[in-house]
Amino acid sequence: MIEIFTGPVPLQAYLLLASFLFCIGVWGLINSRNAVRVLMSIELMLNSVNINLIAFSSYLDGALIRGQVFTIFVITVAAAEAAVGLAILLSLYRNRVTIDMENFNLLRW
Amino acid sequence: MNIATSTEVICFAVLATVVVIGGLGVILLDNIVYSAFLLGGVFLAVAGLYLLLNASFVAAAQVLVYVGAVNVLILFAIMLVNKKEDLKPIKSLRTRKILSAGVCAGLLGLLIRVNLTTPWSLPGPNGIGEQATIRIGEHLFTDYLLPFELASVLLLMAMIGAIVLARRDVLVSDVGTGKSVNQSLIEKTQPPLLIDKSSK
Repeated sequence: MIEIFTGPVPLQAYLLLASFLFCIGVWGLINSRNAVRVLMSIELMLNSVNINLIAFSSYLDGALIRGQVFTIFVITVAAAEAAVGLAILLSLYRNRVTIDMENFNLLRW
Repeated sequence: MNIATSTEVICFAVLATVVVIGGLGVILLDNIVYSAFLLGGVFLAVAGLYLLLNASFVAAAQVLVYVGAVNVLILFAIMLVNKKEDLKPIKSLRTRKILSAGVCAGLLGLLIRVNLTTPWSLPGPNGIGEQATIRIGEHLFTDYLLPFELASVLLLMAMIGAIVLARRDVLVSDVGTGKSVNQSLIEKTQPPLLIDKSSK
């Protein structure tokens, strides 16, 4: 089936690695109580998606490396997201003097 | 299995180990400063994976943007908000963790099954190598021109938004015209209004 130990690194190895990283990110996103760690989990998930895009671009797309272009856009959006997210976090911290996610429940019904 | 292939396999194994262990450390370590530095290690390892996949430009962008900007920004945020606080114990926290771990394991199983059972039509890794940067430039300025321009607008919006959200000092009057400034978006220097009542 997959010849991990006899040939070059197969596509499935990269996909498995990205799956692991994505699930780690999802778990951290749900369970972190520190708001900064939530942002870090989001970055982990974005990185796993980027690994997927680059792997598909290299293995399936031939000389048209469209996956790399998409990865550039994802990195751009991730940088914008991190900046705005951390600014929101600073503003929240100034108003509520905590970064515990359990205390951010003003909009809960 | 020649020496180039075995080198590639060894590099992949090392980088994958760093990524998985670093990712687990990011979400599991108690000290968030350690988590932030481990996150930088994960970003560097992912950049190494990009190099293995013949994506040198994206690897450089990853190092510059993620390690150089995002990780430093996260470290700054940690330094700014790093107050030792005793987290209130929540009831059924353990149940919540176990349930979410079950959900994540299910998702992982699903992804692994899709990965291993789909017959990918593999032309194999391309040897585009040094041409990749030229191709990316061609893509960005021909068929992906609109997203490229939108990305620049997005970055401008994010920059202004981050400044407005995070600024503390308030200009009372406009420097150029001397009129009073509309301060509805800017946070005033005032005692915090929304302190949790239940914590007192």
